[in-house]
Amino acid sequence: MSTRLSSGGRLIDRSAARDFTFNGKRLTGYAGDTLASALLANGQTLMGRSFKYHRPRGVVASGAEEPNALMGIGKGSRFEPNQRATTTELFDGLEAESQNHWPSLEFDVGAVNNSLAMFFPAGFYYKTFMFPRPAWKHLFEPIVRHSAGLGKAPKDRDADRYEHFYAFVDVMIVGGGIAGLQAALTAGASGARVLLVEQTAHWGGRAPVDGVEIDGQPADEWIKSALQTLEGMDNVRVRSRTMASGVYDHGYVLAYERLTDHAPEMDGPRHRLWRIRAKQVITATGALERPLSFAGNDIPGVMLASAVRDYVVNWGVSPGDRTVVVTNNDDAYRTALALHGAGLAVPAIVDARATVTGDLPEAARAAGIRVLTGTGIASVKGKKAVTGVTLCAQAGEGAVTDEIACEAVAMSGGWSPVVHLWSHCGGKLTWDADQACFRPDHDRAPTSHDGKPFVTAAGAADGVLGSADALASGSNAAVAVAEALGLSATASAPSANDPAETPMEAVWIMPQGAGPAKRMKMWLDYQNDVKVSDVRLAAQEGYESVEHTKRYTTLGMATDQGKLSNINGLATLASALNDEIPNVGTTTFRPPYTPISMGAIAGEARGDVFQPLRRTPMHAWHEEQGAYMEPVGHWRRPYCYPKAGETHEQAVHREVLATRNSLGLLDASTLGKIIVKGPDAGRFMDMLYTNMMSTLKPGKCRYGLMCNENGFLMDDGVVARIDEDTFLVHTTSGGAEHTHGHMEDWLQCEWWDWKVHTVNVTEQYAQVAVVGPNARKLLEKLGTDMDLSAEALPFMGFATGKIGGFNTRVFRISFSGELSFEIAVPASQGRAFWDALHEAGAEWNATAYGTEALHIMRAEKGFIMIGDETDGTVIPQDLGLGWAISKKKEDYLGKRAQERSHMTDPTRWKLVGLETVDGSVIPDGSYAVASGTNANGQGNTQGRITSTYHSPTLGKGIAMGLVLNGPDRMGEVIEFNKVDGTTVPAKIVNPVFYDPDGEKQNV
Amino acid sequence: MRRYSAFAIAREAARYHQGWERAWASPEPKKSYDAIIVGAGGHGLATAFYLGKNFGITNVAVIEKGWLGGGNTGRNTTIIRSNYLQDASAAIYEKARGLYETMSQDLNYNVMFSPRGVIMLAQTHHEVRGYQRTAHANALQGVKTEFISPARVKEIVPIINLDGPRYPVLGGLWQARGGTARHDAVAWGYARACSDMGMDIIQKTEVTGVRKENGAVVGVETSRGFIGTKKLGIVVAGHSGVLADMAGFRLPIESVALQALVSEPIKPCMDCVVMANTVHGYMSQSDKGEMVIGGGADGYNNYTQRGSFHHIEETVRALVETFPMISRLKQLRQWGGIVDMTGDRSPILSKTPVEGVFINCGWGTGGFKAIPGSGWGFAELMARGYSPLTAEFGLNRFKEGRFIDESVAAGVAH
Ligand SMILES: Cc1cc2nc3c(=O)[nH]c(=O)nc-3n(C[C@H](O)[C@H](O)[C@H](O)COP(=O)(O)OP(=O)(O)OC[C@H]3O[C@@H](n4cnc5c(N)ncnc54)[C@H](O)[C@@H]3O)c2cc1C
Repeated sequence: MSTRLSSGGRLIDRSAARDFTFNGKRLTGYAGDTLASALLANGQTLMGRSFKYHRPRGVVASGAEEPNALMGIGKGSRFEPNQRATTTELFDGLEAESQNHWPSLEFDVGAVNNSLAMFFPAGFYYKTFMFPRPAWKHLFEPIVRHSAGLGKAPKDRDADRYEHFYAFVDVMIVGGGIAGLQAALTAGASGARVLLVEQTAHWGGRAPVDGVEIDGQPADEWIKSALQTLEGMDNVRVRSRTMASGVYDHGYVLAYERLTDHAPEMDGPRHRLWRIRAKQVITATGALERPLSFAGNDIPGVMLASAVRDYVVNWGVSPGDRTVVVTNNDDAYRTALALHGAGLAVPAIVDARATVTGDLPEAARAAGIRVLTGTGIASVKGKKAVTGVTLCAQAGEGAVTDEIACEAVAMSGGWSPVVHLWSHCGGKLTWDADQACFRPDHDRAPTSHDGKPFVTAAGAADGVLGSADALASGSNAAVAVAEALGLSATASAPSANDPAETPMEAVWIMPQGAGPAKRMKMWLDYQNDVKVSDVRLAAQEGYESVEHTKRYTTLGMATDQGKLSNINGLATLASALNDEIPNVGTTTFRPPYTPISMGAIAGEARGDVFQPLRRTPMHAWHEEQGAYMEPVGHWRRPYCYPKAGETHEQAVHREVLATRNSLGLLDASTLGKIIVKGPDAGRFMDMLYTNMMSTLKPGKCRYGLMCNENGFLMDDGVVARIDEDTFLVHTTSGGAEHTHGHMEDWLQCEWWDWKVHTVNVTEQYAQVAVVGPNARKLLEKLGTDMDLSAEALPFMGFATGKIGGFNTRVFRISFSGELSFEIAVPASQGRAFWDALHEAGAEWNATAYGTEALHIMRAEKGFIMIGDETDGTVIPQDLGLGWAISKKKEDYLGKRAQERSHMTDPTRWKLVGLETVDGSVIPDGSYAVASGTNANGQGNTQGRITSTYHSPTLGKGIAMGLVLNGPDRMGEVIEFNKVDGTTVPAKIVNPVFYDPDGEKQNV
Repeated sequence: MRRYSAFAIAREAARYHQGWERAWASPEPKKSYDAIIVGAGGHGLATAFYLGKNFGITNVAVIEKGWLGGGNTGRNTTIIRSNYLQDASAAIYEKARGLYETMSQDLNYNVMFSPRGVIMLAQTHHEVRGYQRTAHANALQGVKTEFISPARVKEIVPIINLDGPRYPVLGGLWQARGGTARHDAVAWGYARACSDMGMDIIQKTEVTGVRKENGAVVGVETSRGFIGTKKLGIVVAGHSGVLADMAGFRLPIESVALQALVSEPIKPCMDCVVMANTVHGYMSQSDKGEMVIGGGADGYNNYTQRGSFHHIEETVRALVETFPMISRLKQLRQWGGIVDMTGDRSPILSKTPVEGVFINCGWGTGGFKAIPGSGWGFAELMARGYSPLTAEFGLNRFKEGRFIDESVAAGVAH
């Protein structure tokens, strides 16, 4: 059983106990523990269940690479599944539960999968569950989904906050091991702006655990002073608990800082996503130890040798009284020595190599530890915990030569540099046969916008495993990077002790000649339950590409992203294909390096601030009136203003009638307003609009249509010519940004030599439509220095002057068919102006109306609405707007497109009005049916509804629509479909339902 | 081909699964074929399959520069639906959806088609009207869809937040027989069936040129030499422009990166696909338990299969707002594919200016769902010169202005 040692543990504070619970059980650890070390200290070696077979799982690693010890942590709105116990720092009150089992961790019914494992090899689900057909969806799939899935789904809205943070640096250094620290010292001394991040809470990486001495002192001393030096440099920032998660094009780097995970009582955001622009990146991300593939290598108690060492040295935890070490390299001997030094038994070091003579093996031998060379593990004994191992000759097929009782196995298959960040943005790898690992290929580094490399690997991440070399590598990387930045740095690195080593020997399977039965018990991917036999099966069945193998077996697709399994899997595949590992290649490395919270990605953008909210100056008034708002782009506009007891529909009808009969007020501030100015403004406007705009007289307005280059109508609005060089363009509320972008697109990309400048001034003006028979009276009551009479300010004219003391620009335009003035005032005076209009308008029952009343009134008048009558497939000619297309102009955007054969096809559907025979409202979106079906068996159509409303003014349903030969079929009754299969008859009529002669607006 | 079944698994279990044969052969290319398909993605393989199955043309090679299914077919978020607006689209997508229903049985390969239902949320009044229009169009097209109330949306997707302060859910377009399938399995199942019909699937072989004589195709140059044919189907998605260039014509296609991501796996909590187009995100839960998430495409052309992070951010933000519980899930993996976009967001299945050369591309962000229908129609076009399913998708529509614009109904079209 694992337990806490009576002394030792460089990271824990034995004077600070921490209470926590695991599956409801109350346990105690120390400050500085991880959840994993605390659980081990309490004898809890069983920590979870695997994904597919529900096999018992114990912790295998000590850091971000952990595939097994995943926990649900917290409760209620702070519950989070799938947290790695190895990277969860212990705090008082932590509540953890293990996952993927029922009814309990010890007794899991799902483990029957394990006994049936022989029927569930890789890809079995592609080969079965096919009959009867509905059974997949209704029977098999639910079973598969329930038994998969790991942690529980959170139920509540997250109670925590997240934020984004921006940084611009010259050099970003990832990894706070000795190589990263040395790189930061060197880069810092060059004067570069440096950011150094480390994913754990501690600096120094592996060196202090490995007994490294730097400049003759224990590594911890050097690390402390290096950190002090760095903290004293103004140009250097250091951040622990911060993981660089991805490297993107042009030196864009994301980092993920965990601020309160270790101390939930702290104020402030939980995670912070750093968005960094780095001119140069140094990856000093270290290396990960690889497991060895022997039968039973997944039984709880089998751990990475480096992890065992970490638990002993960092946290004073024993993995068990007796630990067998199994290895193909010298490094694992450090673990044996650490265990031995802590007073624990190491019954044997099982080394696959035939001879070992390095300093460390010699030290082990000297300590009296049995070293068995040329030997492998034949199998691990035990079910939920290791009870022993049987040994065999590595060169053979697994005949048992010996058996040793033990509680833990510490394995080491060699080290793989962490090349993820190097690879994210295109950095290539090269195979290092001596160390049996992929390492960064310096000649094919990721390149930036200038085609020059911007990522440099250092230390173990570059395949440099010895400590002295790693320090030098850190310094050299910083020198190279400083040079690339045009700074000068001096290479300097302290000395360090490195024992003489026997070279490692690649061991991909143990023993060498293991047969099929053994291979079915050798795990590659512990979480997803992928075994050596599965990878071989994939190869046998033709899934030979590494990507096919990965997908067919799910190798490396677990939450550890294959950190432990990938290289072993590749080697297994290569051997099955009789090919070399580098020819098989790796799968693609993709961000994030380890999973990051969705909360951090979303940042603060949620709820009310999910997107920027645009408010008109009158916004607060609308809210005070209890308006029902609808989103229009980033604006929220009043849809209607229901009074107490009123439905939305009733409110809309009241607003329409009040406007038509007396006086309505609309907050039209969202209307897009763009200034187009310059000597070539007229020429530009002629290209933008289908109409002739250059001939518009200053002081006049003109309704215009804007098409895209495919000829489709994209926006409409009234253009006012302020002076010879200046146009004020009104766009639809939703279309302002798009239209402005469209203008700039043409100006910047095509007509860059035209002298035109555009400015979007939408938010600079508040605008109110004063509408209805009493509109003029209201303005005159407020007092004005303008002559607002029909003669002086006729329809489609505008004037500038004062109304009620406000500076205004008054447009005689109407979207409702009533006498109407659209009045712009500076935004800062919008609310005051709006209030003044309401106050003075009280005697005419001035009524604020919303977007729905606006829509109904325009439909009653047969005015088109962009987005209703148009949908990106409609040209002005379809809408009877030919009058707004200049015949005199040589060109305008969309002209050529509108000459294409389909655009001039006389059978295009054309705009008409529609009225049901019984006065009812035709359903929104309905199609006009025609007889028969098309070649694909679909019902034929001859038109569709574009707008449909109940008209309060006329007391009946009215609609607009596009109909085949519509304008020539006035009076004809055609059928519109309903979703229930029935149809509604409707008569084709003129689209102008109200005041066809315009008598009401031209007064 | 030995059939797959539970019985076969039991038999193999007894001998450590050593008896399974290759799913598809790995042949040397022949000198020439009756037809060559370039691109072993879903569309290319389905085309080959139906050339054999419906027209008896089996002397066919499918040439793939990488590994089969490794393009967008193996990178997509597997949404299957046919609730399209325009007639031509609804016809081909519904044909495909219908073929998905029986694909596992037809191929004897479980592609895990799961008709769990697809909801497209309406979050503005404008969107409500748009989806009502689609529902009316679908009623005439024989596609079963329904516009449902917010309460019904909540019933189907309990984890949804209906009352977001910015974009409350006003309803949704619901296609009960839409869903998802296992993307790799679709490619693998077709490949196995094609190989079984005697077709050659030639992987790791890049087509580098198209050889013509008198305006007609006579074969392709490849990284393994010349291979002759009189009928060439180009089905290479993001690289269509490159292949068209080899054949000597131009395409109205832009290639951009589209990204997707998954969360770490959790126990089942959502049993349908939800698309929220106003806020730009969609999500479903895979059989492994991962939340599968996608959003909008990058705004610039490229071939890198990497996208910009801000799209991931936009998508995740949209979905945290729609499903607040995902805030405490972690992003496990993200990836990108190069999608082939046409101006009207509809595919091109067409003859080309070069005699004997046919092109199938432009599926953009949403062609996984179309694979069997596209293969069916394109095989007919290649074999007979005409198919009612592909008739409207010809190249000349861009010259004539006869667009099939689907962006009309939804901003995002997966
Ligand atoms: C992130 C993402 C999410 C998506 N989500 C969905 C979704 O939810 N639902 C949906 O319906 N669709 C979705 N799609 C779209 C869908 O993936 C594609 O439309 C579809 O897979 C295209 O299939 P294909 O066979 O045409 O192309 P691909 O699968 O890309 O196949 C083309 C093949 O051609 C090969 N090739 C290229 N050039 C050559 C050459 N010179 N010689 C030989 N071979 C060559 C390529 O290697 C590739 O294998 C998504 C796409 C992406 C990228």
